[in-house]
Amino acid sequence: MSGQTTAEDLGPVTTLATPIRLDFEFTPGVAQSRFLRGLEKGRFVGQRCPTCGKVYVPSRGSCPTDGVPTTEDVDLANVGTVTTYCVVNVPFAGQSIEIPYICAQVLLDGADISFMGLIQQIPTDEIRMGLRVEAVWVEPEELTPSLASVRYFRPSGEPDADYETYKDYL
Amino acid sequence: MAERCAVIGVGQTHHKSKRNDVSIAGLVREAAKMALADADLTWTDIDAVVIGKAPDMFEGNMMPELYLAPALGAVGKPMFRVHTAGSVGGSTSLVAAHLISSGIHKRVLTVAYEKQSDSDAMWALSVPQPFAAPLLAGAGGYFAPHIRAYMRRSGAPEYIGRMVAVKDRINALRNPYAHLHLPDIDMKMVEDSMMLWDPLRYLEACPSSDGAAAMVLAAEDSISGSYPPAWIHGMAMRSEPTMFAGRDQVNPQAGRDCSADVYAQAGITNPRAEIDVAEVYVPFSWYEPMWLENLGFCDLGDGWKLTEAGATAFEGDIPWNTSGGVLSSNPIGASGMLRFLEVAMQVRGQAGEHQIDGARRALGQAYGGGSQFFSMWVVSSDKP
Repeated sequence: MSGQTTAEDLGPVTTLATPIRLDFEFTPGVAQSRFLRGLEKGRFVGQRCPTCGKVYVPSRGSCPTDGVPTTEDVDLANVGTVTTYCVVNVPFAGQSIEIPYICAQVLLDGADISFMGLIQQIPTDEIRMGLRVEAVWVEPEELTPSLASVRYFRPSGEPDADYETYKDYL
Repeated sequence: MAERCAVIGVGQTHHKSKRNDVSIAGLVREAAKMALADADLTWTDIDAVVIGKAPDMFEGNMMPELYLAPALGAVGKPMFRVHTAGSVGGSTSLVAAHLISSGIHKRVLTVAYEKQSDSDAMWALSVPQPFAAPLLAGAGGYFAPHIRAYMRRSGAPEYIGRMVAVKDRINALRNPYAHLHLPDIDMKMVEDSMMLWDPLRYLEACPSSDGAAAMVLAAEDSISGSYPPAWIHGMAMRSEPTMFAGRDQVNPQAGRDCSADVYAQAGITNPRAEIDVAEVYVPFSWYEPMWLENLGFCDLGDGWKLTEAGATAFEGDIPWNTSGGVLSSNPIGASGMLRFLEVAMQVRGQAGEHQIDGARRALGQAYGGGSQFFSMWVVSSDKP
């Protein structure tokens, strides 16, 4: 039987890769549905808390601070401020964006909370806190109820926002 | 606290990138047996087991406590699972302590673990969400913008992060259980390492580790073991939502409230003067100066000055993470418990080469998620 590999030759099995796939359906609910329908029309829709007056985007349907439903829809600007950011230089599985890329917290004008956005059309060594940016949307026929409708944000050409205007959003 | 509670046994594995020699069950059992031996107890002496780990999705084992009950001698005994993201090792210790302080049990075994080599934990945190752009690149991508905000707010020079990265790795050389042992570590090595999430470099981030930690906690009438007990003087948990308008992401309210509570219980009014040594969850270098401020060791904006002055170094007046900390070993679920366990070792005088002479009172802190979960305890060699 010489030449044949036996189980003893190979030693114990220590690990076994078992890839797992999970498909799921997500029910967005009323508030997030409005946000998604807004994206389908190429605009950002947030909601205002009736108690503290803060505007959330995307709204989860209630104010985390006051615990009350947010029912008033608020149309938000297409422009905002980069409050802070990092430059991602890590490759990872399923990555759809070429590295290095700028991942920023964008505070839309009229909103009281920032969300994460991709910044393009600026070299990575020129990105800065306070940069004014505008959303660039996909072509009208490509709009869907998804954040994929926003291709990225790019510099709007306005002067940088003063630190005092966004320091409380960090 | 109704009943006094103390740590009477500690155990931990050698933390490594791959522990292929053991299964998860073998890994937790290794730490648990060491803790039992330290307390001079056997499995039958234990009333209940409290176990914690980070998200089940990491290793893909749902409700792993069910599978691990036999390995931890918990068959037929109460077993309790805790999950609060990266702070879980801390909150697991606190849940176990509550079972003693409430008078329910006399001796509780508590265990926490992560086997990152069985998982893809970094990217399990980066699953595409229906309402977010697919930008998040692991925990570093989440925390780096908040670090940048701290740098802007405090005016800290950029080399402070590198100082912490070097200090904790030098400390790790004193700890045989630490994952990273980098004898040549210096500022230049950190600066030359790859920029992963600007402003965070590779050597300013924690490693991915396999490892487990375990402790035996006991009531006052059930103390055993050859080392003196580490008495719990205060314990607290706090949380806050990850996202709300006006949230201070650099200096979270939940962390400030948690430390105020634990200090009040322990009678501490000046943390820097009254705490001999601390183990604080610093997975990215800049979280040392940020938590120095959040934990009230200095005024707002001054955390980096303590780091720069060497106050937190092994020879400093407030040594932080003499074990090497999370920057040197990160078995995520166990990382918080290691903070709590290491300070117990300090006040018991069993920390070996990384022992701070005369340590009597110590703070353990853990945080998790998007800086929204906090857990802390203060332990002392003196009975409360």
